[in-house]
Amino acid sequence: MLHIFCPHCAEYREEEEFHAKGQAHIPRPLDPEALSDKEWGEYLYFRKNPRGIHHELWVHAAGCRKFFNMTRDTVTYEIHETYKIGEKPTVTAQS
Amino acid sequence: MSEANNNVRLVMDQLPGDDIQGRSPLHHADLATVAAQGSQEGGVTIQHHPLVGLLTLRCNAGDADQMAAASKLLGVELHCQPLTSSAGEGVAVRWMSPDEWLISVDGAKAFDLETAFHNDMPGHYALVNVGGGLTVLEVSGEHAVDVMMKTAPVDFHLNTFPVGKVVSTVFAKSSATIRRLADDRFELVIRRSFADYLWLWLQDASREYGLVVRT
Ligand SMILES: [Zn+2]
Repeated sequence: MLHIFCPHCAEYREEEEFHAKGQAHIPRPLDPEALSDKEWGEYLYFRKNPRGIHHELWVHAAGCRKFFNMTRDTVTYEIHETYKIGEKPTVTAQS
Repeated sequence: MSEANNNVRLVMDQLPGDDIQGRSPLHHADLATVAAQGSQEGGVTIQHHPLVGLLTLRCNAGDADQMAAASKLLGVELHCQPLTSSAGEGVAVRWMSPDEWLISVDGAKAFDLETAFHNDMPGHYALVNVGGGLTVLEVSGEHAVDVMMKTAPVDFHLNTFPVGKVVSTVFAKSSATIRRLADDRFELVIRRSFADYLWLWLQDASREYGLVVRT
């Protein structure tokens, strides 16, 4: 059971209040018409599956119902940070 | 048509006329009889507050004009601080999310409040009557905290859940917005369609402490 800090509610809550929504920081292409089918397909369907640090989108479904981002280690399940949409992670695979 | 008439037409009074009687989602349970015939003493008291006027307000917490206007219209402060509430004469406001509040007023006054907002609230906002989809329960008594602890995965210790705090969370297999009214009193705003299920759940969870039903 993960204990997750919601950056909007500003407190820790149980995992059952949340839903994971997959990889974070996927910008929608500004000009989809200009993309090849391969590029569009990769934007829509292809996701990273890293071993270690992963940036994920989560939603506080039973709480404030807001989306936020999480930096989580896929090996240890350790949550390094949660942060609001539009903010940058402070923990990355490079750091 | 005058502008004033236009304004009023945009807000719909959701109360039926006098010839139609409003019914709470727990009408079928006949709680008046349960309360009269059931135990009068016990560790947990459950009370249903039927047909409360509930409105969802969405506006910009960063807009000082809007926040001030809303606070004036409500008669209580609209707080930006997460998980807080404010209550005054006949009105309570619960923080739901950074741009959303749940307001409760007397059921018959909801339309007046909507109309007042429509006339005086500046900027882009939404105020929607959600009273038809929700209902209000109150759990109190010496063992109220024990029942809450069984039902929701949040910490109900007074240090982390003081009086006035509001938490939306999973509640049994449903959901609830919980407000602490006193050390041993909790208000639950629950989904109308889950009212029967949650009533039965609370009845069962309270049994070991002795249940009192009050109307
Ligand atoms: Zn939250």
